[in-house]
Amino acid sequence: MHSDAFDRYHAGVSLIHRLDPRVKVLVAVGFILTVVLLPDGAWLAFLIAWGFILTASLLSGLGLGFTLRRSFIALPFALAAVTAIFSIPGTALWTWQIGPLELTATTEGLLRFVSIVIRSWLSIQAAILLVAVTQFPDLIHALEHLHVPAMLTTIVAFLYRYLFVLTDEVFRLMRAREARSATLPGQKSGGSLFWRGRIAGNMAGQLFLRSYERSDRIYNAMLARGYTGQLRTLHPHAMTRADWLAGALALTAMLILQIAGRFSL
Amino acid sequence: MNYSPTLMHIPDGFLSLAVALICWAVMVAVVAVAIRKTNHALGQKQVPLMGIMAAFIFAAQMINFPVAGGTSGHLLGGALAAIVLGPWPAVLVMTSVIAVQGLLFQDGGLLVMGANILNMGILTVAVGYGIFRLAANRGKGTRLVVAGLAAWLSVMTAALATSLELWLSGTARLDIVVPAMLFVHTLIGIGEALITVAALTFIMQVRPDILGGESASAKGGIGWAVTGVLIALAVVVISPLASADPDGLERVAEDMGFINTGQAALFNIIPNYTLPFLGPTPLSTILAGVIGMLVVLGIVFMLGRALRKPVGKS
Repeated sequence: MHSDAFDRYHAGVSLIHRLDPRVKVLVAVGFILTVVLLPDGAWLAFLIAWGFILTASLLSGLGLGFTLRRSFIALPFALAAVTAIFSIPGTALWTWQIGPLELTATTEGLLRFVSIVIRSWLSIQAAILLVAVTQFPDLIHALEHLHVPAMLTTIVAFLYRYLFVLTDEVFRLMRAREARSATLPGQKSGGSLFWRGRIAGNMAGQLFLRSYERSDRIYNAMLARGYTGQLRTLHPHAMTRADWLAGALALTAMLILQIAGRFSL
Repeated sequence: MNYSPTLMHIPDGFLSLAVALICWAVMVAVVAVAIRKTNHALGQKQVPLMGIMAAFIFAAQMINFPVAGGTSGHLLGGALAAIVLGPWPAVLVMTSVIAVQGLLFQDGGLLVMGANILNMGILTVAVGYGIFRLAANRGKGTRLVVAGLAAWLSVMTAALATSLELWLSGTARLDIVVPAMLFVHTLIGIGEALITVAALTFIMQVRPDILGGESASAKGGIGWAVTGVLIALAVVVISPLASADPDGLERVAEDMGFINTGQAALFNIIPNYTLPFLGPTPLSTILAGVIGMLVVLGIVFMLGRALRKPVGKS
Protein backbone atom coordinates (compact mmCIF):
# COMPACT_ATOMS: atom_id res chain seq x y z
CA MET A 1 0.00 0.00 0.00
CA HIS A 2 1.24 3.48 -0.75
CA SER A 3 1.96 5.93 2.02
CA ASP A 4 -0.81 8.26 0.93
CA ALA A 5 -3.45 5.54 0.61
CA PHE A 6 -5.56 7.16 3.28
CA ASP A 7 -5.07 10.70 2.14
CA ARG A 8 -8.09 12.73 1.27
CA TYR A 9 -5.83 15.45 -0.11
CA HIS A 10 -6.38 16.50 -3.68
CA ALA A 11 -3.23 18.10 -4.96
CA GLY A 12 -3.85 21.31 -6.81
CA VAL A 13 -2.67 24.83 -7.33
CA SER A 14 -5.33 27.23 -6.19
CA LEU A 15 -5.87 30.18 -3.93
CA ILE A 16 -7.38 27.93 -1.33
CA HIS A 17 -4.64 25.30 -1.48
CA ARG A 18 -2.10 28.03 -0.84
CA LEU A 19 -3.80 29.45 2.25
CA ASP A 20 -2.16 28.99 5.63
CA PRO A 21 -3.48 25.76 7.18
CA ARG A 22 -4.30 27.62 10.39
CA VAL A 23 -6.73 29.83 8.49
CA LYS A 24 -8.28 26.81 6.83
CA VAL A 25 -8.76 24.96 10.13
CA LEU A 26 -10.25 27.99 11.87
CA VAL A 27 -12.52 28.85 8.95
CA ALA A 28 -13.77 25.26 8.68
CA VAL A 29 -14.50 25.02 12.41
CA GLY A 30 -16.01 28.52 12.41
CA PHE A 31 -18.23 27.63 9.49
CA ILE A 32 -19.45 24.47 11.22
CA LEU A 33 -20.11 26.49 14.37
CA THR A 34 -22.10 29.02 12.35
CA VAL A 35 -24.15 26.32 10.65
CA VAL A 36 -24.88 24.56 13.94
CA LEU A 37 -26.07 27.85 15.42
CA LEU A 38 -28.58 28.48 12.63
CA PRO A 39 -32.17 28.13 13.86
CA ASP A 40 -34.45 25.32 12.69
CA GLY A 41 -35.96 25.92 9.29
CA ALA A 42 -33.60 28.72 8.22
CA TRP A 43 -33.87 27.48 4.64
CA LEU A 44 -32.42 30.59 3.01
CA ALA A 45 -29.36 30.49 5.29
CA PHE A 46 -28.88 26.77 4.63
CA LEU A 47 -28.99 27.47 0.91
CA ILE A 48 -26.49 30.32 1.20
CA ALA A 49 -24.20 28.12 3.33
CA TRP A 50 -24.26 25.46 0.64
CA GLY A 51 -23.53 28.19 -1.89
CA PHE A 52 -20.42 29.12 0.09
CA ILE A 53 -19.27 25.49 0.09
CA LEU A 54 -19.81 25.20 -3.65
CA THR A 55 -17.94 28.47 -4.22
CA ALA A 56 -15.03 27.20 -2.15
CA SER A 57 -14.97 23.89 -4.07
CA LEU A 58 -14.97 25.75 -7.37
CA LEU A 59 -12.21 28.11 -6.20
CA SER A 60 -10.06 25.17 -5.18
CA GLY A 61 -10.56 23.51 -8.53
CA LEU A 62 -12.34 20.45 -7.13
CA GLY A 63 -15.52 20.86 -9.14
CA LEU A 64 -19.08 21.32 -7.98
CA GLY A 65 -19.98 17.75 -7.15
CA PHE A 66 -16.87 16.99 -5.13
CA THR A 67 -18.15 17.51 -1.59
CA LEU A 68 -21.54 16.12 -2.50
CA ARG A 69 -20.17 12.71 -3.43
CA ARG A 70 -18.71 11.94 -0.02
CA SER A 71 -21.20 13.85 2.07
CA PHE A 72 -23.61 11.03 2.79
CA ILE A 73 -21.31 9.20 5.19
CA ALA A 74 -23.19 10.50 8.23
CA LEU A 75 -26.60 9.61 6.86
CA PRO A 76 -26.94 6.40 8.93
CA PHE A 77 -26.66 8.55 12.01
CA ALA A 78 -29.82 10.39 10.97
CA LEU A 79 -31.63 7.31 12.28
CA ALA A 80 -30.92 8.50 15.80
CA ALA A 81 -32.43 11.89 15.03
CA VAL A 82 -35.61 10.43 13.53
CA THR A 83 -36.94 10.25 17.07
CA ALA A 84 -36.81 14.04 17.21
CA ILE A 85 -39.93 14.00 15.01
CA PHE A 86 -41.86 12.53 17.90
CA SER A 87 -40.19 14.28 20.79
CA ILE A 88 -41.22 17.89 20.36
CA PRO A 89 -44.70 19.02 21.31
CA GLY A 90 -46.62 20.88 18.64
CA THR A 91 -49.18 20.46 15.89
CA ALA A 92 -49.83 16.76 15.52
CA LEU A 93 -49.35 15.25 12.07
CA TRP A 94 -49.97 11.57 12.66
CA THR A 95 -49.79 9.08 15.52
CA TRP A 96 -48.34 5.61 15.69
CA GLN A 97 -49.04 3.10 18.37
CA ILE A 98 -46.13 0.72 18.83
CA GLY A 99 -46.69 -1.48 21.84
CA PRO A 100 -46.79 0.75 24.88
CA LEU A 101 -45.25 3.64 22.95
CA GLU A 102 -47.48 6.29 21.48
CA LEU A 103 -45.59 8.26 18.89
CA THR A 104 -47.06 11.52 17.76
CA ALA A 105 -45.29 13.20 14.90
CA THR A 106 -45.48 16.97 15.01
CA THR A 107 -44.74 19.66 12.46
CA GLU A 108 -42.22 21.13 14.85
CA GLY A 109 -40.54 17.75 15.31
CA LEU A 110 -40.34 17.18 11.56
CA LEU A 111 -38.87 20.66 11.12
CA ARG A 112 -36.26 19.91 13.79
CA PHE A 113 -35.35 16.57 12.20
CA VAL A 114 -34.92 17.99 8.69
CA SER A 115 -32.91 20.92 10.06
CA ILE A 116 -30.58 18.63 12.04
CA VAL A 117 -29.89 16.51 8.98
CA ILE A 118 -29.23 19.57 6.80
CA ARG A 119 -26.94 21.16 9.39
CA SER A 120 -24.99 17.94 9.72
CA TRP A 121 -24.79 17.51 5.95
CA LEU A 122 -23.41 21.05 5.51
CA SER A 123 -20.89 20.57 8.32
CA ILE A 124 -19.57 17.36 6.82
CA GLN A 125 -19.05 19.04 3.47
CA ALA A 126 -16.97 21.73 5.17
CA ALA A 127 -14.83 19.06 6.85
CA ILE A 128 -14.43 17.18 3.55
CA LEU A 129 -13.31 20.36 1.86
CA LEU A 130 -10.81 21.10 4.63
CA VAL A 131 -8.89 17.83 4.24
CA ALA A 132 -9.19 17.91 0.45
CA VAL A 133 -7.25 21.17 0.22
CA THR A 134 -4.85 20.71 3.16
CA GLN A 135 -2.10 18.12 3.42
CA PHE A 136 -2.45 16.17 6.62
CA PRO A 137 1.05 16.96 7.96
CA ASP A 138 0.26 20.65 7.41
CA LEU A 139 -2.99 20.16 9.28
CA ILE A 140 -1.14 18.63 12.23
CA HIS A 141 1.34 21.47 12.16
CA ALA A 142 -1.49 23.99 12.17
CA LEU A 143 -2.98 22.29 15.23
CA GLU A 144 0.38 22.65 16.94
CA HIS A 145 0.34 26.39 16.20
CA LEU A 146 -3.17 26.51 17.62
CA HIS A 147 -1.78 25.21 20.94
CA VAL A 148 -2.84 21.60 20.78
CA PRO A 149 -0.31 19.90 23.12
CA ALA A 150 2.82 18.71 21.33
CA MET A 151 2.45 15.24 22.77
CA LEU A 152 -0.93 14.78 21.08
CA THR A 153 0.14 16.21 17.74
CA THR A 154 3.23 13.99 17.77
CA ILE A 155 1.15 10.90 18.49
CA VAL A 156 -1.20 11.90 15.67
CA ALA A 157 1.76 12.41 13.35
CA PHE A 158 3.04 8.92 14.15
CA LEU A 159 -0.43 7.49 13.75
CA TYR A 160 -0.68 9.04 10.32
CA ARG A 161 2.82 7.90 9.34
CA TYR A 162 2.36 4.26 10.33
CA LEU A 163 -1.33 3.78 9.68
CA PHE A 164 -0.79 2.48 6.17
CA VAL A 165 2.04 0.19 7.32
CA LEU A 166 -0.16 -1.44 9.93
CA THR A 167 -3.11 -1.53 7.53
CA ASP A 168 -0.89 -3.53 5.22
CA GLU A 169 -0.29 -5.91 8.14
CA VAL A 170 -4.05 -6.19 8.69
CA PHE A 171 -4.62 -7.00 5.03
CA ARG A 172 -1.89 -9.65 5.15
CA LEU A 173 -3.50 -11.20 8.23
CA MET A 174 -6.95 -11.13 6.63
CA ARG A 175 -5.61 -12.60 3.38
CA ALA A 176 -3.98 -15.40 5.36
CA ARG A 177 -7.28 -16.08 7.11
CA GLU A 178 -9.15 -16.10 3.78
CA ALA A 179 -6.58 -18.47 2.31
CA ARG A 180 -7.05 -20.92 5.16
CA SER A 181 -10.84 -20.65 5.26
CA ALA A 182 -11.86 -22.22 1.99
CA THR A 183 -15.54 -23.03 1.61
CA LEU A 184 -16.45 -26.23 -0.19
CA PRO A 185 -19.75 -26.13 -2.04
CA GLY A 186 -22.51 -27.70 0.01
CA GLN A 187 -20.45 -27.89 3.17
CA LYS A 188 -20.62 -25.71 6.21
CA SER A 189 -17.42 -23.83 6.82
CA GLY A 190 -15.97 -21.89 9.68
CA GLY A 191 -16.54 -22.57 13.34
CA SER A 192 -18.98 -21.18 15.85
CA LEU A 193 -19.34 -17.50 16.60
CA PHE A 194 -16.95 -17.89 19.52
CA TRP A 195 -14.41 -19.60 17.31
CA ARG A 196 -14.59 -16.82 14.76
CA GLY A 197 -14.33 -14.20 17.49
CA ARG A 198 -11.28 -15.94 18.91
CA ILE A 199 -9.58 -16.01 15.51
CA ALA A 200 -10.23 -12.28 15.06
CA GLY A 201 -8.87 -11.74 18.57
CA ASN A 202 -5.72 -13.70 17.81
CA MET A 203 -5.24 -11.56 14.74
CA ALA A 204 -5.60 -8.42 16.86
CA GLY A 205 -3.09 -9.85 19.36
CA GLN A 206 -0.66 -10.69 16.59
CA LEU A 207 -1.07 -7.21 15.14
CA PHE A 208 -0.42 -5.73 18.57
CA LEU A 209 2.82 -7.63 19.01
CA ARG A 210 4.05 -6.77 15.54
CA SER A 211 3.24 -3.10 16.18
CA TYR A 212 4.84 -3.17 19.61
CA GLU A 213 8.06 -4.65 18.34
CA ARG A 214 8.06 -2.34 15.34
CA SER A 215 7.78 0.69 17.63
CA ASP A 216 10.96 -0.47 19.41
CA ARG A 217 12.86 -0.65 16.14
CA ILE A 218 11.49 2.72 15.05
CA TYR A 219 12.50 4.35 18.29
CA ASN A 220 16.02 2.96 18.08
CA ALA A 221 16.33 4.12 14.48
CA MET A 222 15.12 7.58 15.49
CA LEU A 223 17.59 7.79 18.35
CA ALA A 224 20.36 6.80 15.96
CA ARG A 225 19.39 9.75 13.79
CA GLY A 226 19.41 12.25 16.63
CA TYR A 227 15.82 12.26 17.88
CA THR A 228 15.49 14.49 20.94
CA GLY A 229 11.79 14.18 21.55
CA GLN A 230 10.80 16.94 19.15
CA LEU A 231 9.64 16.75 15.59
CA ARG A 232 10.78 19.51 13.26
CA THR A 233 9.20 20.87 10.13
CA LEU A 234 10.60 22.27 6.93
CA HIS A 235 7.48 24.36 6.35
CA PRO A 236 7.37 27.15 8.87
CA HIS A 237 3.97 28.70 8.32
CA ALA A 238 3.62 32.43 8.07
CA MET A 239 0.43 34.40 7.70
CA THR A 240 0.39 36.43 4.50
CA ARG A 241 -1.81 39.18 3.19
CA ALA A 242 -3.99 36.65 1.35
CA ASP A 243 -4.51 34.65 4.56
CA TRP A 244 -5.81 37.65 6.49
CA LEU A 245 -8.03 38.62 3.56
CA ALA A 246 -9.45 35.09 3.38
CA GLY A 247 -10.09 35.13 7.10
CA ALA A 248 -11.95 38.43 6.84
CA LEU A 249 -14.01 37.16 3.91
CA ALA A 250 -14.90 33.98 5.75
CA LEU A 251 -15.93 35.89 8.88
CA THR A 252 -18.11 38.16 6.72
CA ALA A 253 -19.68 35.10 5.13
CA MET A 254 -20.49 33.66 8.55
CA LEU A 255 -22.03 36.97 9.60
CA ILE A 256 -24.19 36.99 6.47
CA LEU A 257 -25.30 33.45 7.26
CA GLN A 258 -26.37 34.36 10.77
CA ILE A 259 -28.24 37.44 9.56
CA ALA A 260 -29.94 35.49 6.80
CA GLY A 261 -30.86 32.76 9.27
CA ARG A 262 -32.46 35.08 11.76
CA PHE A 263 -34.11 37.97 10.00
CA SER A 264 -35.40 36.83 6.65
CA LEU A 265 -37.67 34.04 7.76
CA MET B 1 -10.92 0.59 2.43
CA ASN B 2 -13.20 -1.70 4.38
CA TYR B 3 -13.37 0.79 7.17
CA SER B 4 -16.81 0.83 8.71
CA PRO B 5 -18.02 3.76 10.73
CA THR B 6 -20.04 2.74 13.74
CA LEU B 7 -23.17 4.29 15.11
CA MET B 8 -21.11 5.86 17.83
CA HIS B 9 -19.22 8.54 15.92
CA ILE B 10 -21.54 11.52 16.31
CA PRO B 11 -21.44 13.83 13.26
CA ASP B 12 -21.57 17.61 13.52
CA GLY B 13 -25.03 19.07 13.84
CA PHE B 14 -26.43 16.35 16.05
CA LEU B 15 -25.42 17.87 19.36
CA SER B 16 -26.42 21.27 20.64
CA LEU B 17 -23.62 23.73 21.22
CA ALA B 18 -24.06 23.57 25.00
CA VAL B 19 -23.66 19.80 25.15
CA ALA B 20 -20.76 19.87 22.68
CA LEU B 21 -18.92 22.53 24.69
CA ILE B 22 -19.43 20.78 28.03
CA CYS B 23 -18.03 17.57 26.54
CA TRP B 24 -15.06 19.50 25.13
CA ALA B 25 -14.36 20.99 28.56
CA VAL B 26 -14.46 17.61 30.31
CA MET B 27 -12.38 16.01 27.58
CA VAL B 28 -9.71 18.75 27.61
CA ALA B 29 -9.39 18.48 31.39
CA VAL B 30 -8.97 14.70 31.34
CA VAL B 31 -6.53 14.75 28.41
CA ALA B 32 -4.46 17.46 30.13
CA VAL B 33 -4.10 15.24 33.20
CA ALA B 34 -3.29 12.26 30.96
CA ILE B 35 -0.50 14.21 29.25
CA ARG B 36 0.98 15.28 32.58
CA LYS B 37 0.82 11.77 34.06
CA THR B 38 2.26 10.13 30.96
CA ASN B 39 5.05 12.68 30.67
CA HIS B 40 5.86 12.19 34.31
CA ALA B 41 5.83 8.41 34.33
CA LEU B 42 7.51 7.67 31.03
CA GLY B 43 10.23 9.29 29.01
CA GLN B 44 10.30 10.45 25.41
CA LYS B 45 10.42 6.81 24.33
CA GLN B 46 6.75 6.67 25.08
CA VAL B 47 5.72 9.04 22.31
CA PRO B 48 6.73 6.86 19.34
CA LEU B 49 5.32 3.83 21.17
CA MET B 50 1.97 5.54 21.71
CA GLY B 51 1.92 6.78 18.13
CA ILE B 52 2.36 3.24 16.80
CA MET B 53 -0.17 1.95 19.31
CA ALA B 54 -2.67 4.52 18.06
CA ALA B 55 -2.06 3.27 14.53
CA PHE B 56 -2.50 -0.27 15.89
CA ILE B 57 -5.92 0.53 17.39
CA PHE B 58 -6.95 2.21 14.14
CA ALA B 59 -5.82 -0.78 12.07
CA ALA B 60 -7.23 -3.31 14.54
CA GLN B 61 -10.65 -1.70 14.11
CA MET B 62 -10.55 -2.99 10.54
CA ILE B 63 -10.26 -6.62 11.63
CA ASN B 64 -13.76 -7.99 11.53
CA PHE B 65 -15.44 -11.34 11.73
CA PRO B 66 -18.81 -12.35 10.34
CA VAL B 67 -21.52 -12.54 13.00
CA ALA B 68 -24.87 -13.20 11.38
CA GLY B 69 -27.06 -11.81 8.66
CA GLY B 70 -24.31 -9.84 6.96
CA THR B 71 -23.31 -7.97 10.10
CA SER B 72 -19.80 -8.24 11.40
CA GLY B 73 -18.19 -7.80 14.77
CA HIS B 74 -15.23 -5.55 15.20
CA LEU B 75 -13.17 -3.81 17.80
CA LEU B 76 -13.53 -0.38 19.37
CA GLY B 77 -10.34 -0.94 21.32
CA GLY B 78 -10.68 1.33 24.36
CA ALA B 79 -10.63 -1.50 26.88
CA LEU B 80 -7.85 -3.40 25.10
CA ALA B 81 -5.67 -0.28 24.90
CA ALA B 82 -6.27 0.48 28.58
CA ILE B 83 -5.36 -3.05 29.67
CA VAL B 84 -2.15 -3.35 27.66
CA LEU B 85 -0.91 0.25 27.87
CA GLY B 86 -2.31 1.47 31.18
CA PRO B 87 -5.15 3.98 31.49
CA TRP B 88 -3.45 7.34 30.97
CA PRO B 89 -1.49 6.40 27.83
CA ALA B 90 -4.63 4.67 26.57
CA VAL B 91 -6.60 7.91 26.90
CA LEU B 92 -4.01 9.67 24.73
CA VAL B 93 -3.94 6.86 22.20
CA MET B 94 -7.74 6.73 21.87
CA THR B 95 -7.95 10.53 21.69
CA SER B 96 -5.54 10.53 18.76
CA VAL B 97 -7.41 7.74 16.99
CA ILE B 98 -10.76 9.50 17.27
CA ALA B 99 -9.22 12.85 16.30
CA VAL B 100 -7.80 11.36 13.11
CA GLN B 101 -11.05 9.56 12.32
CA GLY B 102 -12.88 12.86 12.59
CA LEU B 103 -10.28 14.98 10.80
CA LEU B 104 -9.25 12.66 8.01
CA PHE B 105 -12.31 10.47 7.41
CA GLN B 106 -15.12 12.73 8.61
CA ASP B 107 -16.10 9.85 10.84
CA GLY B 108 -17.41 11.96 13.68
CA GLY B 109 -17.65 15.73 13.56
CA LEU B 110 -15.16 18.44 14.49
CA LEU B 111 -17.32 20.53 16.78
CA VAL B 112 -18.59 17.41 18.55
CA MET B 113 -15.16 15.78 18.72
CA GLY B 114 -15.06 16.47 22.46
CA ALA B 115 -18.14 14.31 22.92
CA ASN B 116 -16.80 11.53 20.69
CA ILE B 117 -13.49 11.44 22.54
CA LEU B 118 -15.29 11.51 25.87
CA ASN B 119 -17.55 8.60 24.89
CA MET B 120 -15.15 6.35 23.03
CA GLY B 121 -11.76 7.46 24.33
CA ILE B 122 -12.23 8.32 27.98
CA LEU B 123 -15.29 6.46 29.24
CA THR B 124 -14.29 3.19 27.54
CA VAL B 125 -10.82 3.43 29.06
CA ALA B 126 -12.12 4.33 32.52
CA VAL B 127 -14.64 1.49 32.60
CA GLY B 128 -12.43 -0.99 30.76
CA TYR B 129 -9.43 -0.41 32.96
CA GLY B 130 -11.35 0.19 36.18
CA ILE B 131 -13.22 -3.11 36.00
CA PHE B 132 -10.11 -5.00 34.88
CA ARG B 133 -8.17 -3.47 37.77
CA LEU B 134 -10.51 -5.28 40.21
CA ALA B 135 -8.92 -8.59 39.18
CA ALA B 136 -5.35 -7.27 39.20
CA ASN B 137 -3.84 -9.90 41.47
CA ARG B 138 -6.03 -12.84 40.53
CA GLY B 139 -5.25 -15.84 38.38
CA LYS B 140 -5.06 -15.74 34.63
CA GLY B 141 -8.52 -17.20 34.04
CA THR B 142 -10.26 -14.73 36.34
CA ARG B 143 -8.39 -11.83 34.78
CA LEU B 144 -9.45 -12.86 31.29
CA VAL B 145 -13.11 -13.25 32.26
CA VAL B 146 -13.08 -9.90 34.01
CA ALA B 147 -11.36 -8.37 30.95
CA GLY B 148 -14.22 -9.62 28.77
CA LEU B 149 -16.78 -8.15 31.12
CA ALA B 150 -14.83 -4.89 31.20
CA ALA B 151 -14.75 -4.71 27.40
CA TRP B 152 -18.49 -5.37 27.11
CA LEU B 153 -19.31 -2.77 29.78
CA SER B 154 -17.04 -0.21 28.14
CA VAL B 155 -19.03 -0.45 24.90
CA MET B 156 -22.34 -0.19 26.76
CA THR B 157 -21.10 2.87 28.65
CA ALA B 158 -20.09 4.60 25.44
CA ALA B 159 -23.44 3.76 23.85
CA LEU B 160 -25.38 5.09 26.81
CA ALA B 161 -23.30 8.28 26.96
CA THR B 162 -23.88 8.83 23.24
CA SER B 163 -27.64 8.46 23.57
CA LEU B 164 -27.81 10.71 26.61
CA GLU B 165 -25.89 13.42 24.78
CA LEU B 166 -28.24 13.15 21.81
CA TRP B 167 -31.22 13.40 24.10
CA LEU B 168 -29.84 16.40 26.01
CA SER B 169 -29.30 18.12 22.67
CA GLY B 170 -32.93 17.67 21.76
CA THR B 171 -31.96 15.44 18.85
CA ALA B 172 -33.47 12.17 20.01
CA ARG B 173 -36.25 10.93 22.19
CA LEU B 174 -35.01 9.38 25.41
CA ASP B 175 -37.29 6.37 25.64
CA ILE B 176 -36.46 5.30 22.08
CA VAL B 177 -32.81 6.16 21.66
CA VAL B 178 -31.54 4.57 24.88
CA PRO B 179 -33.11 1.11 24.44
CA ALA B 180 -32.25 1.08 20.72
CA MET B 181 -28.61 2.06 21.20
CA LEU B 182 -28.16 -0.30 24.16
CA PHE B 183 -29.75 -3.20 22.29
CA VAL B 184 -27.53 -2.77 19.23
CA HIS B 185 -24.44 -2.38 21.37
CA THR B 186 -25.21 -5.41 23.53
CA LEU B 187 -24.30 -7.44 20.45
CA ILE B 188 -21.43 -5.19 19.38
CA GLY B 189 -20.13 -5.41 22.94
CA ILE B 190 -20.05 -9.20 22.77
CA GLY B 191 -17.85 -8.96 19.69
CA GLU B 192 -15.65 -6.48 21.53
CA ALA B 193 -15.38 -8.80 24.54
CA LEU B 194 -14.53 -11.83 22.38
CA ILE B 195 -11.78 -10.03 20.48
CA THR B 196 -10.36 -8.37 23.60
CA VAL B 197 -10.16 -11.62 25.56
CA ALA B 198 -8.67 -13.56 22.64
CA ALA B 199 -6.11 -10.84 21.96
CA LEU B 200 -5.10 -10.74 25.64
CA THR B 201 -4.81 -14.54 25.77
CA PHE B 202 -2.60 -14.44 22.72
CA ILE B 203 -0.37 -11.69 24.12
CA MET B 204 -0.11 -13.47 27.50
CA GLN B 205 1.07 -16.62 25.73
CA VAL B 206 3.55 -15.02 23.36
CA ARG B 207 4.88 -12.06 25.29
CA PRO B 208 3.91 -12.44 28.95
CA ASP B 209 6.45 -9.75 29.84
CA ILE B 210 4.35 -6.98 28.27
CA LEU B 211 1.34 -7.64 30.47
CA GLY B 212 3.10 -9.23 33.43
CA GLY B 213 5.85 -6.75 34.18
CA GLU B 214 3.48 -4.01 35.18
CA SER B 215 5.43 -0.85 35.81
CA ALA B 216 3.20 0.41 38.57
CA SER B 217 3.86 4.05 37.82
CA ALA B 218 2.59 3.77 34.27
CA LYS B 219 -0.53 1.87 35.20
CA GLY B 220 -3.28 3.24 37.33
CA GLY B 221 -3.90 2.90 41.02
CA ILE B 222 -6.95 1.79 42.92
CA GLY B 223 -8.66 5.07 42.04
CA TRP B 224 -9.28 3.65 38.58
CA ALA B 225 -11.10 0.67 39.99
CA VAL B 226 -13.37 2.98 41.98
CA THR B 227 -14.00 5.25 38.97
CA GLY B 228 -14.68 2.30 36.70
CA VAL B 229 -17.10 0.66 39.10
CA LEU B 230 -18.91 3.95 39.76
CA ILE B 231 -19.41 4.64 36.04
CA ALA B 232 -20.54 1.06 35.45
CA LEU B 233 -23.00 1.40 38.32
CA ALA B 234 -24.33 4.62 36.83
CA VAL B 235 -24.87 2.79 33.53
CA VAL B 236 -26.71 -0.01 35.29
CA VAL B 237 -28.94 2.47 37.13
CA ILE B 238 -29.62 4.91 34.29
CA SER B 239 -30.25 2.42 31.48
CA PRO B 240 -33.48 0.85 32.81
CA LEU B 241 -34.57 4.20 34.19
CA ALA B 242 -34.25 5.85 30.81
CA SER B 243 -36.24 3.13 29.08
CA ALA B 244 -38.91 2.50 31.68
CA ASP B 245 -39.32 5.88 33.30
CA PRO B 246 -38.13 8.53 30.86
CA ASP B 247 -40.15 11.20 32.65
CA GLY B 248 -37.99 10.78 35.71
CA LEU B 249 -34.79 11.55 33.82
CA GLU B 250 -36.44 14.33 31.84
CA ARG B 251 -37.44 15.82 35.15
CA VAL B 252 -33.90 15.70 36.51
CA ALA B 253 -32.52 17.27 33.37
CA GLU B 254 -35.19 19.94 33.47
CA ASP B 255 -34.44 20.73 37.10
CA MET B 256 -30.78 21.05 36.23
CA GLY B 257 -31.74 23.45 33.46
CA PHE B 258 -30.40 21.22 30.71
CA ILE B 259 -33.41 20.57 28.54
CA ASN B 260 -34.21 24.19 27.82
CA THR B 261 -30.65 25.15 26.96
CA GLY B 262 -30.37 22.06 24.85
CA GLN B 263 -33.53 22.40 22.89
CA ALA B 264 -34.12 26.02 22.23
CA ALA B 265 -31.93 28.76 23.54
CA LEU B 266 -28.62 27.86 22.03
CA PHE B 267 -29.93 27.77 18.52
CA ASN B 268 -30.82 31.41 19.02
CA ILE B 269 -27.83 33.17 20.45
CA ILE B 270 -28.90 36.63 19.48
CA PRO B 271 -32.54 36.50 18.40
CA ASN B 272 -33.86 40.01 17.75
CA TYR B 273 -30.76 41.56 19.23
CA THR B 274 -31.32 40.21 22.71
CA LEU B 275 -29.33 37.60 24.56
CA PRO B 276 -31.48 34.76 25.87
CA PHE B 277 -29.98 34.54 29.34
CA LEU B 278 -30.46 38.24 30.00
CA GLY B 279 -33.99 38.45 28.69
CA PRO B 280 -35.39 41.43 26.75
CA THR B 281 -33.64 44.09 28.82
CA PRO B 282 -31.73 47.11 27.48
CA LEU B 283 -28.51 45.53 28.79
CA SER B 284 -29.16 42.52 26.61
CA THR B 285 -29.60 44.63 23.49
CA ILE B 286 -26.42 46.54 24.29
CA LEU B 287 -24.46 43.30 24.74
CA ALA B 288 -25.81 41.91 21.50
CA GLY B 289 -24.70 45.09 19.80
CA VAL B 290 -21.24 44.78 21.36
CA ILE B 291 -20.88 41.21 20.08
CA GLY B 292 -21.89 42.35 16.60
CA MET B 293 -19.36 45.17 16.79
CA LEU B 294 -16.62 42.78 17.87
CA VAL B 295 -17.30 40.60 14.86
CA VAL B 296 -17.15 43.61 12.54
CA LEU B 297 -13.95 44.77 14.26
CA GLY B 298 -12.48 41.34 13.67
CA ILE B 299 -13.28 41.59 9.99
CA VAL B 300 -11.76 45.07 9.77
CA PHE B 301 -8.66 43.91 11.65
CA MET B 302 -8.13 41.02 9.26
CA LEU B 303 -8.70 43.27 6.26
CA GLY B 304 -6.14 45.66 7.73
CA ARG B 305 -3.59 42.87 8.02
CA ALA B 306 -4.42 41.84 4.47
CA LEU B 307 -3.88 45.31 3.06
CA ARG B 308 -0.78 46.05 5.10
CA LYS B 309 2.49 46.20 3.24
CA PRO B 310 4.37 42.95 3.72
CA VAL B 311 7.29 43.29 6.12
CA GLY B 312 10.66 42.45 4.61
CA LYS B 313 10.88 40.74 1.29
CA SER B 314 7.78 39.04 0.04
